[in-house]
Amino acid sequence: MRGLPPALITAIVLVAGFAACAVQFPNIASTRVVGNLLTDNAFLGIVAAGMTFVIISGGIDLSVGSVIGFTTVFVALAIERWGMPPLVAFVAVLALSAAFGAAMGAVIHVFDLPPFIVTLAGMFLARGASFLLSTESIPITAPLYSTVSDFALRLPGGGRLTAIAIIMLVIVTGGALLLHLTRFGANVYALGGSRATASLMGVAVGTMTVKIYMLSSLLAGIAGIVFSFYTSAGYSLSAVGVELDTIAAVVIGGTLLSGGQGSVIGTFLGVLIQGLIQTYINFDGTLSSWWTKIATGILLFGFIALQQGLVALARRPLTKRAGAAS
Amino acid sequence: MTALLPRRGLAQILALIVILAVDRVVSPQFFDLRLQDGRLFGSLIDVLNRGTPVALLSLGMVLVIATRGIDLSVGAIMAIAGAIAASLADTHSLAVVLAAALGAGLICGLWNGFLVAVLGMQPIVATLILMVAGRGIAQLITEGRIVTFSSPDLVWLGNGAILGVPVPVAIALGMLILTGAVVRGSALGLLVEATGGNARASELAGVGTRAMILSVYVWCGVCAALAGVIAAADIMGADANNAGLWLELDAILAVVIGGTSLFGGRFSLVLAVLGALIIQTMNTGILLSGYPPEFNLLVKAVVVLTVLLLQSPKLTGFAGIAARLRRTKA
Repeated sequence: MRGLPPALITAIVLVAGFAACAVQFPNIASTRVVGNLLTDNAFLGIVAAGMTFVIISGGIDLSVGSVIGFTTVFVALAIERWGMPPLVAFVAVLALSAAFGAAMGAVIHVFDLPPFIVTLAGMFLARGASFLLSTESIPITAPLYSTVSDFALRLPGGGRLTAIAIIMLVIVTGGALLLHLTRFGANVYALGGSRATASLMGVAVGTMTVKIYMLSSLLAGIAGIVFSFYTSAGYSLSAVGVELDTIAAVVIGGTLLSGGQGSVIGTFLGVLIQGLIQTYINFDGTLSSWWTKIATGILLFGFIALQQGLVALARRPLTKRAGAAS
Repeated sequence: MTALLPRRGLAQILALIVILAVDRVVSPQFFDLRLQDGRLFGSLIDVLNRGTPVALLSLGMVLVIATRGIDLSVGAIMAIAGAIAASLADTHSLAVVLAAALGAGLICGLWNGFLVAVLGMQPIVATLILMVAGRGIAQLITEGRIVTFSSPDLVWLGNGAILGVPVPVAIALGMLILTGAVVRGSALGLLVEATGGNARASELAGVGTRAMILSVYVWCGVCAALAGVIAAADIMGADANNAGLWLELDAILAVVIGGTSLFGGRFSLVLAVLGALIIQTMNTGILLSGYPPEFNLLVKAVVVLTVLLLQSPKLTGFAGIAARLRRTKA
C-alpha cells in the first residue's frame, strides 16, 4: 500500500492503453479524438466525481442514473412547456436534486439503514418521478442550448474542447481540491476509515452523511444538465444504468469500495479508460459493442484483485495468504 | 420443515391480502379462474406465472443475503442462460439444453463464490464484475441478435401446464420445496445463518464458512439460470440486452420484503417467495387499474421505504432488542 498508489497504476494503465491504441490506429493520438473523449464522457466524469466522495465515505449511491434522467426531463419540460428561462430551470432542478440527496443521506443516518437499499429506493423514486413528468423525448430548442453546443476552445491539431468538457474538467479539479485540501475532504476519509472512530474524534457523522449524499445528487443534477446539453433533449429513459458505469469508473480509478481510500483524479482517469475502450472499439469497426462490457468487467476484476492484494499485503506483511489474492 | 413458516410471516401475509383486496376492487374479475385446454387461466394464475422468475431469483438471493452477501449478477446470469438455451434449443434435446444453461449458471455462481469466499472481496464489488461483463457475454453468445427458437420441449417449459398448473409455477414450487428440504431438513440452513450472523465466530466454532459462502453463490447462480431459461422459453427467444434486466433489484427487494435483513443472519425462503409474489401482485394490480406501468416504480419505492423503516433498528426499539435477545438464545 505504501509503494505505488492505486491512482498511479490507473494512470499507467491509461497511458499504456492509449499508447497501444495509438500504435494500431495512429489517428487516435490526435487532439480531435481526445477532445471528443472528454466531451462524450463529460457527464460521466461529473457524476463519478460525486460518487467518489460517497464511496470513500464507505457508502454507495445507486440513484445517480435516475437523477440524471429526472434532471433532463425536468429541464426540458421547464424550458419548453412551462416557459422558464434555462438558468432558472437549472437552479430549480439543482435545488431539487440536492434536497433529494440530502433526504437520502438523512434516512441513511437517522434510521441506520444500508445505503445500498436506501439509494435503491431513491433510484426507483427518481426514475418513477421522471416517467410521471413525461415518457416521451422532449427536444430542447432554447437559444442557450445552441450557443453552448457551438462553443468550443480550439486546440492545436484541430481538436475542440467543448463547453461541457470544460465544465467537467472544472468540476473534477474542484472535487479534487475539496477532497484533498479541505476539512470536509478529511472528514470523508475519516468516515470511510471507521464511522465509530470518526465520531469519537468529533466528526459530526450525521451532518457529514447528509452533505456527502447531497453533493453526489447535486453533481448528478449537474451531470443531467450537461447530458441535456449533449443530447439537446430530455428523456425519462436517459442514463439508465449509468450508476454501474460510474461505480466501475470509481473502482478502476483505485478507490476502495469499502471506503477510506481513493481520489477524484483516479476516478477521472477511470472514466477516461472506459472512454478509451469505447473509442478503440469505434476505431476498430469490427468489434461489437458488447466487448466494451466484457473489457470493463475484466478491468474491474483486475483492479479489484490488485487492491485486494495490496490491502492483504498492507495488513499482514508476513502472512501465507497474501500471495493468493494478488 | 416446520421451521419454514415462522411466526413473523404475519405482516407479509397481511400485506399480500391487502394488495389482493385492492386488486379485487380495481378489477372485479381478479379472482376468476377458468380451465381451458388443460391449463388454468385468470389474473391470479397470471400473477404466479409472471412472478416465477423473481421468485426463483429470490430463492437463491435469500441464501446469499443470509450469509451477509448480495448477488448483483443474477440478471446477467439469466441473460447468459437464456442465450445459451435459445441458441441450443433447436438442435439439441431438452436435457442437453437444460444441462448447458444450468451448467453456465453454476459456473457463474462458482466464479462469484470464488471471488467472495476465497479472494475475500466484498460481495457487492465481486458480483458487480459479472453484472457488467455478463450481459456482454450473453450478447457475445447471441451475437447481438435476438435468438428465437421453436423447439416444442423448451416452449412447453415456458407455456405448458401440469395438471392445469403452468409449468413455470410448478418448477418454482418444486425449487422452493427442494431448497427448503435441503437447508431446513439438514443443519445447512443453520450453518448459513451462523455464517451470516458472525463469520469469524462461526469459523472458530468449526463451521466451514468458506464452503457455505461458495455454495450459496453457486445455488444462486443455478436458480438464476433456471429463471433465465424459463424467461426465454416464455417469449420463445433470448434477448441478451433485456432478459432479466434490473431483476436483481426486484429479487433483493423480494428478500427484504420477506423480512430477511441485509446484514445477514436469519432468513426465510417462504417469505422471500411471498415477497416476490407481493411485488408481482402490485405490478399486475397497477396494470389492471389502467394507470401507466410507470407508476410501478413509484409504488415500489414507497413500499421499499416503508419496509425499510419498519425494519430499522432505531424504530423497532425495544421490540428489536427483544428479538435480538431471542436470537442469541436460539
